[in-house]
Amino acid sequence: MTGAALITQLFAVAVAVLVAPLFLGWVNMCRAWLQNRSAPPLTQPYRMIRKLLRKDAVIATDASPLFVFAPYVIFGSMVTAAAIIPALALDLPFARAADAIALVGLFATARVFVALAAIDTGTAFGTLGARREMMLGFLAEPALLMVFFTASLIAGSTELPVIADMHQYHALAIHPGLAFAAIAFLMVLLAENARIPVDNPATHLELTMIHEAMVLEYSARHLALIEWASALKLFNYACIGFALFVPWGVARDLDSPQVLALALVVLCAKLLVCGAVLALIETLNAKIRIFRAPEFLALAFMLAVLGLLVRLLLQS
Amino acid sequence: MPMQAIPLPEQFIHLLASVVLLLSFAMLAQRRIRTLIHLFALQGAALVCSTLIVAWSSGQHHLYYSAALTLALKVIVLPLILYRLTDRLDLRWDTETGLRIPTTMLVGVVLVVFAFGLAQPISSLAGSVTQSTLGIAIAVVMLAFLMMITRRKAVTQVIGFLAMENGLFFAATSATNGMPMVVEFGIALDVLVGAIILGIFFFQIREQFDSLDLHHLERLKEE
Amino acid sequence: MEMLILLALPLCGAALLALVGARRRAAEVNVAFSLATLVAGGFLTARVIEQGPQLYWNEAFFVDPFNVFLVALTAFVNFTTALFSRRYMRIEERHGRLSASRLRLYHSMYQLFMFTMLVALLTNNMGILWVAMEAATLSTVLLVSLYRTSASLEAAWKYFILCGVGIAQALFGTILLYFAAERVLGHAGMSALLWTQLDAVKGELEPTVLAIAFAFLLVGYGTKVGLAPLHNWLPDAHAEGPTPVSAVLSGLLLNVALYAVIRCKVLVEGSIRSELPGQMLMFFGLVSVLVAAFMLWRQKDIKRLFGYSSIEHMGIITFAFGMGGPVANFAALLHMTVHSLAKSAIFFAVGHAVQKAGTQQMDDIRGLLTLSPALGWGLMLGSLAILGMPPFGVFASEFLILTTAMREQPWATPLLLLALGVAFAAVFGRAQSMVFGPPSVAKLPEPPSLLPVFVHLALVLMLGLWIPPFLAGWYRLAAGMIG
Repeated sequence: MTGAALITQLFAVAVAVLVAPLFLGWVNMCRAWLQNRSAPPLTQPYRMIRKLLRKDAVIATDASPLFVFAPYVIFGSMVTAAAIIPALALDLPFARAADAIALVGLFATARVFVALAAIDTGTAFGTLGARREMMLGFLAEPALLMVFFTASLIAGSTELPVIADMHQYHALAIHPGLAFAAIAFLMVLLAENARIPVDNPATHLELTMIHEAMVLEYSARHLALIEWASALKLFNYACIGFALFVPWGVARDLDSPQVLALALVVLCAKLLVCGAVLALIETLNAKIRIFRAPEFLALAFMLAVLGLLVRLLLQS
Repeated sequence: MPMQAIPLPEQFIHLLASVVLLLSFAMLAQRRIRTLIHLFALQGAALVCSTLIVAWSSGQHHLYYSAALTLALKVIVLPLILYRLTDRLDLRWDTETGLRIPTTMLVGVVLVVFAFGLAQPISSLAGSVTQSTLGIAIAVVMLAFLMMITRRKAVTQVIGFLAMENGLFFAATSATNGMPMVVEFGIALDVLVGAIILGIFFFQIREQFDSLDLHHLERLKEE
Repeated sequence: MEMLILLALPLCGAALLALVGARRRAAEVNVAFSLATLVAGGFLTARVIEQGPQLYWNEAFFVDPFNVFLVALTAFVNFTTALFSRRYMRIEERHGRLSASRLRLYHSMYQLFMFTMLVALLTNNMGILWVAMEAATLSTVLLVSLYRTSASLEAAWKYFILCGVGIAQALFGTILLYFAAERVLGHAGMSALLWTQLDAVKGELEPTVLAIAFAFLLVGYGTKVGLAPLHNWLPDAHAEGPTPVSAVLSGLLLNVALYAVIRCKVLVEGSIRSELPGQMLMFFGLVSVLVAAFMLWRQKDIKRLFGYSSIEHMGIITFAFGMGGPVANFAALLHMTVHSLAKSAIFFAVGHAVQKAGTQQMDDIRGLLTLSPALGWGLMLGSLAILGMPPFGVFASEFLILTTAMREQPWATPLLLLALGVAFAAVFGRAQSMVFGPPSVAKLPEPPSLLPVFVHLALVLMLGLWIPPFLAGWYRLAAGMIG
């Protein structure tokens, strides 16, 4: 573990934590433009976090200690995930600590804690949101795992840096299985990050909420952490997508700071495009009814399995 | 396995085969009938592209004619007939399915695995550029068959039937570099006439039952 | 030359009747075309008797002992059915069940159907065989739904979907066959699909591929033969379609479909050199016989009854082909001929009986003998013929099949005997109650057409007592080829 690697690792984590709200702001801006409204400024999420941090936290009297430290756990697991995902550079020290399957486990940890915290206060909407979130998670996780398996089969390993490397080593090849996996991944991304068509992040109708219902009881710094964690989750998912499907531009080795700077620029460009595409998808689709959400995710799962099968068939 | 060992035309054919399979699944999950016809036309288009690439890479000129025939029939004429039919009969949705859609998808995946298994001994003998796509062709046939079984409206059964023919055509081009032209013409003629007869048939059913729901066609049972 | 005329006649007939089929004399035109087809068929048969198997048109068409008698049979039943349908359809029109425009559709589709069957029998190309079988299905779909009642629409829809799916399986089997053949014969021209070429190289075809291909071909064409468990369309189509259509479906289409199965079986057996195809045929045949025999008891509709009887007989023929060997094959070929003649005779009689009674329910048809002795006797004798009473031809073929079964597959004999006995009891009881007793039937506006019934029955009787030497020779040669 060289010094340069450690510094780069910390730099990558810092970039993730700081750029995530910016990414969220960009998605909201694109959405506003597509819907012919005037957009909130790009730094709006930062302002919201700053506002929340300055307030006093109000906690329910019968809330347990879990309720208080859950936001920290969630934020922590998202930051750890950001450390593992090769967004800027491939050969970082923490990246060897966990592979793609452990990554799924990290996201699961965050989900479990947010659901538990929602049930903790005993309100009806919290339980409602927690149940729905668990239903979606139960279906989204296998789909995500299948996507990882498809990519791992092609790369020969489940470690994300190796998967990200495979495209750069080999000549341009069209992998149909990977194309299916990409579509499945996109669907899982939409479901897990509470985007339309699965969940409307801007809704204020409690009966249609999934994600928002779970955080209704939170306020001040806890809410700030949770909002930041959701923005970070979206950022992480986007970076996983880049690592699996469009990894070009990530720094292969850490010889010089120019490589890192280039990686940063490329990452920003990818985030720009990704944000615009996400906003487009959200604008073109309507929110599906709750009982159709399992169908949506079942479709994602089937696509991922299909990608796996196609990969197995066409390579033999 | 190093990917650059497979030449580029074959990679394109693999990609198009995967698109055809994807479209089969999409048709299985689709409820709007007009979109179903779009998907069927797209599947035909993917087949035409695949045939053209096979024709170009293996130098068999009769496949160009075959591709032109498929284009005329499956991408233009049949969807047109189906569009006019759905317009005249005012059909929009086919919401009831025999099984629920996630279950149907699961059964579909099982069928795909079965089809791939069935294709292994055969495709190991083939020498053509598209040997590994035989499994996908069989899978498309089976998925179309599943669609025919699990749907309620007559139109979706018909589209399933036509999708089955698509799969068989794909199997012919992938396993055998295409059947002789006379046979292809015969098959195309059969498909076209079949579609026309079905169109006539729909009107008869509609006249008699005032609906195209197949529940009405289940009265003849054993006494 | 005869081949060209033989095939062109029904096609021209279809085209002409599509134009003039609604006129008064359309039925006579239909009969005329059928007669001409029969004459052409007769000339072709005569040539084959003289010169032996023939290949025509650059090997596209092939006539050998296996299909020549089927061609002659098809042309003959075509003619007699056209003769029957002339009077029958006129009575239907008078009863108000059909209009002139529907008759136009009926006549042109009838000739088209004949064309497709002749092409299927005469072609050497397995792909064209498939195309012709599919076309035969398509041309009869609209015929089954001719009366436009809800029951007939349902029957036609079931027929279309079930047979369509089956035929798609057969197409896949054909593709696999072509695939195996291409590796041996190359893909220049069409030689890889020609049956004669395939027969010459069948030992070199890849066994695994051919085994899988046969499974699909058996399921596919077997649906059209009416083998259980894929037989569901058959009773409905027979019951709801017009009687001439039931007669040709039972008498001709089932035979042609079985012909296709056997052609494939010859190729596959030559390739995989095991008993598997024969065993599959025996299995399906036996299951069909048993299912049909036990279903016969529950039938209340007369045409459904005889539809199930067709399934039973095709099951027996399939079982015999499955056993293989010269005697069983000979018996199966003879049975194909006599079943076709007897069953169409029965349907002719049944058609008129139904018209007299105004219903297809057997409980409401009584005392045919009293009011119309010829019809009553026709139905009685036809039922006896089809049930295997001596001296009719069906007895001879069933006897041969049973004795061969006792020798080679003794476990199947009790099942066969049971099924035949059950069928006999069911059908005979019904026929007796319909023919004898106080009449419940009315008179017909026009005299019924009973000549075809008795001509067919006479032929069946003759074949039971004496088989013409050229016919016996064909049967023997074909039996030897089928193996």
